[in-house]
Amino acid sequence: MSTESIAWPTSGTATRRPFVEQLHEWVSTVDHKRLGVLYILYALAFLLVGGVEATILRIQLIRPLNHFVSPQVFNRMFTMHGTTMIFFVAMPVLFGFANYLVPLMIGARDMAFPRLNAFSFWMTAFGGLLLYYSFIGGDGLYGAGNAPDVGWFAYAPLTSKTFSRGHSTDFWTLSLLVSGFGSIGTAINIITTVVCMRCKGMTLGKMPLLVWLNLVMAVLVVLAVSPLTAAQIMLLVDRYLGGHFFDTQAGGSAVMWMHFFWVFGHPEVYVLVIPAFGFASEIIPVFSRKAIFGYPVMVAATVCIAFIGMSVWAHHMFTVGMSSNANTFFVLSTMAIAVPTGIKIFNWLATMWGGQIHFKTPMLFCTAFLFQFLIAGLTGIMLGSAPFDWQLGNSYFVIAHFHYVIVGGILFTLFGAFYYWFPKISGRMYNERLGKLHFWLFTIGFHLTFDFMHIPGILGMPRRIYTYEPGRGWDIWNLIVTIGVFFQAAGVLVFLGNLLWSYFRGVLAGSDPWDAWTLEWSTTSPPPVYNFAKIPEVASRRPLWDLKHPEDPDWHYE
Amino acid sequence: MYTRPFSAIMIFCGLALAACAEPAHPYVSPTSIFAPVSTPAQSIFDLSVFVLQVTAAIFIVVFSLLTYAVVKFRKKATTDGREPAQVYGSTQLELAWTVIPVLIVVVLFLAAARVIASIQNAPRPSSAIQVTVIGHQFWWEFRYPSLKVVSANELHIPVSDPAHPTPTFLTLLSADTDHSFWVPRLAGKTDLIPNHPNSMWVDPHETGLYLGQCAQYCGTQHALMLLRVYVDSREDFDRWIQQQSQPARITSTVSPGQRLFETTACVNCHTIAGTAAKGTYGPDLTHLMSRQTIGSGAAKNNIGNLIAWIYKPDRFKPGCKMPSMGLTVQQSAVVAAYLVTLR
Amino acid sequence: MSTPALATPETDIGWNLPERGPVGMYCLIAAEAAIFTIFVVAYIFYIGKSATGPQPKDVLSVPIFFTICLLSSSLTIHFALKLLRSGKVLSFALWWLLTIVLGAAFLAGTASEWRHLIYDEGLTIQTNLFGTTYYSLVGLHAFHVTVGLLALATVLIFTFLGDVNKQHAERVEVLSMYWHFVDVVWVVVFFVVYIVGR
Repeated sequence: MSTESIAWPTSGTATRRPFVEQLHEWVSTVDHKRLGVLYILYALAFLLVGGVEATILRIQLIRPLNHFVSPQVFNRMFTMHGTTMIFFVAMPVLFGFANYLVPLMIGARDMAFPRLNAFSFWMTAFGGLLLYYSFIGGDGLYGAGNAPDVGWFAYAPLTSKTFSRGHSTDFWTLSLLVSGFGSIGTAINIITTVVCMRCKGMTLGKMPLLVWLNLVMAVLVVLAVSPLTAAQIMLLVDRYLGGHFFDTQAGGSAVMWMHFFWVFGHPEVYVLVIPAFGFASEIIPVFSRKAIFGYPVMVAATVCIAFIGMSVWAHHMFTVGMSSNANTFFVLSTMAIAVPTGIKIFNWLATMWGGQIHFKTPMLFCTAFLFQFLIAGLTGIMLGSAPFDWQLGNSYFVIAHFHYVIVGGILFTLFGAFYYWFPKISGRMYNERLGKLHFWLFTIGFHLTFDFMHIPGILGMPRRIYTYEPGRGWDIWNLIVTIGVFFQAAGVLVFLGNLLWSYFRGVLAGSDPWDAWTLEWSTTSPPPVYNFAKIPEVASRRPLWDLKHPEDPDWHYE
Repeated sequence: MYTRPFSAIMIFCGLALAACAEPAHPYVSPTSIFAPVSTPAQSIFDLSVFVLQVTAAIFIVVFSLLTYAVVKFRKKATTDGREPAQVYGSTQLELAWTVIPVLIVVVLFLAAARVIASIQNAPRPSSAIQVTVIGHQFWWEFRYPSLKVVSANELHIPVSDPAHPTPTFLTLLSADTDHSFWVPRLAGKTDLIPNHPNSMWVDPHETGLYLGQCAQYCGTQHALMLLRVYVDSREDFDRWIQQQSQPARITSTVSPGQRLFETTACVNCHTIAGTAAKGTYGPDLTHLMSRQTIGSGAAKNNIGNLIAWIYKPDRFKPGCKMPSMGLTVQQSAVVAAYLVTLR
Repeated sequence: MSTPALATPETDIGWNLPERGPVGMYCLIAAEAAIFTIFVVAYIFYIGKSATGPQPKDVLSVPIFFTICLLSSSLTIHFALKLLRSGKVLSFALWWLLTIVLGAAFLAGTASEWRHLIYDEGLTIQTNLFGTTYYSLVGLHAFHVTVGLLALATVLIFTFLGDVNKQHAERVEVLSMYWHFVDVVWVVVFFVVYIVGR
């Protein structure tokens, strides 16, 4: 009770502080909760921008030989859509949730390095702004804009000075270089926080799974973002110092860029999906009213995924002409990663089994995640069989697969996380009916778009084409795919409207509206700036379960 | 509640997938990966059917379990507020769902490894036709080194009788950025990467026209770098080779079109064998009229399109590497009149 | 409700978690190691692939002296830290200064080697694959040495201002970890460039 009785320090008067003062507080904050919110709001803004880019792409592709946008604009749109969504939506929003939740869940007052935390956020933010400045900067004022148009993985030698004469590639390189430093900073912070600042009694085996998964994610970031940074430095050396790293005319290797990029690129997708697993691992138990099934194996499986995930990268390069031995090795490692991933699905299923499932909005999204992630994993197995990938690779089947993971898997659990923790962050409940409306609109749209998107891939439609010939059998599927976009857009608008409305008018949530079990629910909603009046001491993985069920605490079973 | 619309969608998808899987059904798509006519495509198809069967089985099992859980363990109105039994784990269960996936993975891996070897390590018979494919932004160059033929955009290869195979082996090079050669009914795609020669082979056993296109983003006009592969009978192929290896028919007088062609810097980029035009940046035009399209599939090859193309290539392929040569429409027509004589 | 005050299963256990500084620095070292690994891989991949221009065995001479300088600086920084921990700030300052001097000597050696390579041998970053990979790898390392020297110099300035004493030993140790890392990277670079690559 002591946290609730401490009054929030105010300036003493009933009037609000001046806007400039509030703005200054936000801009200069080092508080993990505020930085978390800043990351999340930043990501939401870019989600809208990336969504508009996707909509432009889909309208252009709604029918063959369409003239909605020129090829130059289209190529910029798909490059910017991918780059934005990965680096300025997915990573920031996940870092935002990690920032907000990890210290609370381990009973700490803040992250290990609060100033580094702020620095990392602003580096990421600046990177995004730099990327979008490309639309008007450089030669943009004289031409039609200079945004990157080399694809989000920027293959050499398309990015060399010869083939990419303006500054579009430089904007891509520099903005990601800058935000990469931010990512590494946040990852160092997360690792140090988890290793050094857990409250008493919380051994590594008693941390909430979300904390474990963010720790693994952070280790992956530390190891995987640096190769991208290195490759980008090499690209800059090529473009501006006359280097030959990827200069094929001088004996350089275009394939080496691919290796370096995908050594980053594949672990990057695990960086994105592992925190999503973390959300699911917190939400599913609470709404099934059961402890997570097989906690130790969930941790071990995640570590396996991260470890194996660093050895699968060249499955993005099956068509590049590697030797049959190399191709075979990467098939093996790619298939191997299906095992720990499948284990996790079974563990979530077993958590629900025998439970009492409350299908509130967070659980709806996490349940859909389970079905969709299953499908995404299976199409991944198809792509992992190299010969099958020789047909399916670089086609719309691949686009369907990875959007199935990123939207159907990651974004769905993210929506679940938004609804689950919104009461904690804002102090108010969201509107449940609008939440369900969002879920249905978005799910229908998601399936319309991404289920049917597999088909043009099977029928031979490559990716990154601004138009296509009629008579290939692709037309109807592209139409359906585009229609789904509008349902998704409607769902997202309902979502944003719900959050906004509920922030101002929602019912007060109290500290524990979900009857949950981890430490963040033991403090007020929103938490005070110091998180806990007294640092807690725990004895099991579910400290609040122990409190609520003193006759049957978890530490009898762990 | 949740499951019904989802099931309906999945059933629909299954039907759609089945429709695509119809082998050699020309009305579904000329570029379907499930309509193979050549051994590499066939091997891949056989593997993919196996993989689909395995993944479908996994899907059905797990989907059913998930659906059952979602329906059976819903919170009912009659529950009395007590928490259900807390189950923390089960070693046997976790072992089972580790071992079984490992076995499935091993099986899938071995199946894939076999096909990789059979396609990538296939020996080249002496009867094989050899073609060098050079990818350009945004067109295809085809060279038959031993047959001394140079062509562009539309590839002719002989049909291969499975009893006495005459496969075509392609060496894949690039003059600029990365490209990828993808004709789904013939084989999986293989990339064309500068300074990194690749090779692939096809042995189509049915004559016909097979479509494809570049499958690795190579710049502005990646989308219109189309492929047309004509699988000819042996006689037709030999006749085509014969015809292609001739220089352009020289007439006694130089037509105004030819003069314009040779004085407007067209010769800097294009070759017309037997004339002064010896450029190699753009496609070889010696037998331009033997092709059905221009601009690597951007438009049909007829006099009207030729005139429009020469006048402003950008209209068909904005961002393509052929600049507008600053000719008037009339001049373009004159040049086109010359080009239509290049059979 | 804020503190789960229950009878915990065992008696009061000690709760000692690692210090934040070293853990953070280890993470930074891991990230930097990953960057260097990529540059080393590129260097190794391109060994022998330069079509034209000077080749390593023609123009590189093994920089024994400057390597000894850099590696000794790891020793001097270790002594400096021991002295700081026992409170001997002046001795610490001297050994710290010696570390900086040795590090600066290494940089001077790199600079003179580069001057020789550029002006006498005509090898620049543009010349060929060897030039590109050599200057990038050695340059990346030299950049990290420079940053390290700036940090060391900052500590030296604070020491001369009288602001550094025994209780800062842990923070100084974190910095020395970075310095040791820079030395280890040089061992790898030295081996790859001057032994294997030649």
